Amino acid sequence: MLIDCPCCGKRDRREFTYLGDATVARPGMENTDHEDWYAFVYQRENPRGWHREIWQHSQGCRSFIEVRRNTVTHDIESARLIGPWAEKAEAG
Amino acid sequence: MAGYRLPTGGRYLDRDKPVRFSFDGRAHKGLAGDTLASALLASGQMLFGRSFKYHRPRGVLSAGPEEPNALVTLRQDDRAEVNTKAPVIELYNGLDAKSQNAWPSLETDFMAINTLFSPLFSAGFYYKTFIGPFKKGTRAWMFFEPFIRNAAGLGKASREPDPDRYERGNLFCDVLVVGSGPAGLMAARAAAATGARVVLAEEAPLMGGALEEENQTIDGLLASDWVARERDLLARMETVRLMPRTTVFGYYDSNTLGAVERVADHVTFPEDGVPRQKYWTIRAKDVVIATGALERPLVFAGNDTPGVMLVDAMLRYAVRYGVSAGRSVALFTCHDGGWASAMALLEAGVPVKAIIDPRKTIPPAFADRLQGQGVAFYPGHVVVKASGGKALCNIHVAPYDADQGAVTGPSRGVSVDALGMTGGWTPSVHLVSQAGDKPVFQDEISAFVPAETSGKGWRTAGSVNGLFSLKACLQDGHEAGQAAALAAGFASEEAAVPDVAGLEAVMMPLPLYEVPASSIRAKAFVDFQHDVKASDVRLAHQEGFRSVEHLKRYTTLGMAADQGKTSNVNGLAIMAAARDARIDDVGTTRFRPPYTPVALGPLAGREVGDEVLPERRTAAQDWHEAQDATMVSVGLWRRPQAYIKPGETLEMAATREARAVRERVGMVDVSTLGKIDVQGPDASAFLNRVYSNAFAKLPVGKARYGLMLRDDGLVYDDGTTWRLSEHQFLMTTTTAAAATVMQELEFLLATAWPDLKVQLTSVTDQWAGQAVAGPKARDLLASVISDVDFASDAFPFMGIRTGHLDGAPVTIARLSFSGELAYEIFTPAHYGRGVWDRFMEAGQAFGIEAYGTEALNVLRIEKGHVTHAEIDGRMTADDMGLGGLMSQKKPFVGSVLAQRPALVADKRPQLVGLISKDGQALLTGAHLVSNAVLQEPADSLGHVTSPCYSVVKEAYIALAFLEGGRARIGETLYATYPLANRHQPVEIVEPCFYDPDGSRMHV
Repeated sequence: MLIDCPCCGKRDRREFTYLGDATVARPGMENTDHEDWYAFVYQRENPRGWHREIWQHSQGCRSFIEVRRNTVTHDIESARLIGPWAEKAEAG
Repeated sequence: MAGYRLPTGGRYLDRDKPVRFSFDGRAHKGLAGDTLASALLASGQMLFGRSFKYHRPRGVLSAGPEEPNALVTLRQDDRAEVNTKAPVIELYNGLDAKSQNAWPSLETDFMAINTLFSPLFSAGFYYKTFIGPFKKGTRAWMFFEPFIRNAAGLGKASREPDPDRYERGNLFCDVLVVGSGPAGLMAARAAAATGARVVLAEEAPLMGGALEEENQTIDGLLASDWVARERDLLARMETVRLMPRTTVFGYYDSNTLGAVERVADHVTFPEDGVPRQKYWTIRAKDVVIATGALERPLVFAGNDTPGVMLVDAMLRYAVRYGVSAGRSVALFTCHDGGWASAMALLEAGVPVKAIIDPRKTIPPAFADRLQGQGVAFYPGHVVVKASGGKALCNIHVAPYDADQGAVTGPSRGVSVDALGMTGGWTPSVHLVSQAGDKPVFQDEISAFVPAETSGKGWRTAGSVNGLFSLKACLQDGHEAGQAAALAAGFASEEAAVPDVAGLEAVMMPLPLYEVPASSIRAKAFVDFQHDVKASDVRLAHQEGFRSVEHLKRYTTLGMAADQGKTSNVNGLAIMAAARDARIDDVGTTRFRPPYTPVALGPLAGREVGDEVLPERRTAAQDWHEAQDATMVSVGLWRRPQAYIKPGETLEMAATREARAVRERVGMVDVSTLGKIDVQGPDASAFLNRVYSNAFAKLPVGKARYGLMLRDDGLVYDDGTTWRLSEHQFLMTTTTAAAATVMQELEFLLATAWPDLKVQLTSVTDQWAGQAVAGPKARDLLASVISDVDFASDAFPFMGIRTGHLDGAPVTIARLSFSGELAYEIFTPAHYGRGVWDRFMEAGQAFGIEAYGTEALNVLRIEKGHVTHAEIDGRMTADDMGLGGLMSQKKPFVGSVLAQRPALVADKRPQLVGLISKDGQALLTGAHLVSNAVLQEPADSLGHVTSPCYSVVKEAYIALAFLEGGRARIGETLYATYPLANRHQPVEIVEPCFYDPDGSRMHV
């Protein structure tokens, strides 16, 4: 599987670390609702097909990337930077 | 003694070059160009091995990688390689091979008695013999297991390290062509003509595949001459890489393929620096799968007798190696191809005496040409049995009615010493199946073909598509090569496909598969390598295992190392007949990589021994090694465990080192601690979120112990964090969690809190550090560092100061893990060794001792401090007695879920101390129980996490988790470890064994 790192280009997936589901949103720090935190920590869809995931180019530039990946074919449709610097990077 | 070397022929041979080798210790002579199988056949050897389950004598079935029978251990001792296939081992001088699974010898194998018990060893033998009542069944299994394991199986792997070199490499190309038969060669030629970079991988040592035995001409040339011409043309092109002896074994995501090149398996020893095998990761824009087809055996009684082999194998041995499989040869075929082979065999000098064909009408074109050559025809007949034990001597031939599918008359014997059989050809759909295609059954050829001839990034060509006409294969390969190049971005011009001339057989076999068995006890084999008989398949059906997936697992059909290359279709056909279903409806299983077994050597490549992982070295590592310290691996670091002196045990050394700290001063290398530089205007707000205790108001120049939780509320890691300035902190983590803590913090900043202005930098390797601990620590530091006031009120506990040691900048924090007066001194890594040495030198006057992780452990256990032995991912802060570090005033990572009912319940495990009451050491992982006597089963109340010998208690102590432990102080329980036969009384005490009010570190 090759992931197209927005900073480094296409690299083998062994350079990356999978860091979780990009479709779940972390509750805010002030949120004290157990159900919200429980859902965030434990509840995941396990879709067959297209899925959004967070990967880190841990053996490369260390940027965090949101990857749209097909869990059946392992096809990767897109990979975009996330984080405070993502917007600026995309603007060039 | 059936096989022999023909006086002429053998395209691969150099008859002037004899090659000496040995088989089972006996000296043999072959010729350059031979394989182990062809040389042994030429010398009359028929017996190659014993079968997996029944230890039946077995010869060689095939002439290729599909070989299920002739498996040998190649080379000896540290170079021994088990289960290698004799037909693909190229002969070299000094080759040494041994047969497998036979004792005391191949000729006289005592375990052959298993064949008499074969009804016992039928399908599902293990399941039936060794099931409940649970205890009884388990005991029977325990008793019989060693005997059964010893009796079953194939070669025994060497236990010695492999002395040879293996490598890994990466290849990139536009078009990868797998297989160099007619379709593969044409595809490579067509793709290369467009300018595309082409890799042509061929499993065999020479290109050409089945063209070697082809009798038709191509472009007016002998097929083998045409191959040589094409190969030379390709070899001269810079954009083409020919890779003989290379098996493409796996098709993975993103058009990545795995291949093994046998670089030096065909020579006596690999030359210096030359790898034995090389593992290639091939990334191809497009792939042409031209893997051809494998001939299929027929299923009849005794079809595993040595001397019975595939017709194609007979032909290959004759044409390539000049070997006749026997002196009197019969062929059993259900299609015209067998008749064409008969002609080719006779032409090569092989004495074909009889052809048996279940079809009543024999193909006239071939029959006419075979007339008058001494060949007896048996149309409308089948071979019902082959007999002879260790060497074929007789086949039994009976009339057969194809419409009824039944034997219609008595059999008569025909005396032959070799029998060729062919049930048709099975396309090698392994790679295309791995690529995601679901092959479908094609009635015309009685076999599975790819459902699609092209997919994303690949296409198939030639016999793998069920094409068996040479002209069609050339055409198909040509088109596939052009299409693949086009897909990779290279357009091609019109080109002609070569002309083909000659007589060709139409491959439409009668779907015979199995000759109806005359007796239920007939030993007609479907899967030779796993000893699965036709009767086993029917038994599985009878017992309800009808799905192809169940059939496979219950009978182990197709589960041997050959993945059912010769058995798959026959097994499915027999199941389909038993279910009265079509083979399509029975279906087939998906093929998985690897196509043929791959040794671990090439997969590991050069990453063996010390090169498996990089080693991280601290600045003082050389010093530790010079002291001959016993080292222990912690992640990629190697830390001194103890500096053991002559005559000392590990425990004695740790006790001596720990005592030095308690009484004088000791020094330990703590460079391996994770260190993260946290900077930015929001740094303190960030730390206040990730630590459970308050960090917002930590003053500059002070350090604080911090506890991190995970989102689920359990403890993640701990460490001290130092505030170096308003916006800069130095965070330390445990050695083990350094990388994951860094990653988690980066993750939080990137995904959860992008608004925080914080920058993280790992500085673990930039700072070397040591802890100097003990009552004399202050005096030692003051003696070498003059620009820091070490007086207790000037430099209080948890204070941070900077200064210099012989000019080297040092940052000092007054922290204590050991419970003594102690300091951690960090210095830029390149000063690390100098600072270490200076302390050791100056420390002599104070009686300094270096201490390792073992003494460090003793010191912290005595103080009840936790490490990752306690932070095991299941414990809360309160479980460890650190509930006070859970701030009530702010939200932090894990603060919400830490309040879940189960995490604040009554009977939580709680950290306690244990003192061994029998004077014996306690064991990590021992469970705490209340029974005075070891009995089964006992309810576990907790477990021992960190045991040691305490220098202050002069007793064996431990930290442990105990259900509701804090309320049980003073009780006596038992630490039980049945595996080590240990059951020890222990007293439950407070987890801090020493100086509970901390007076010693505050002096």
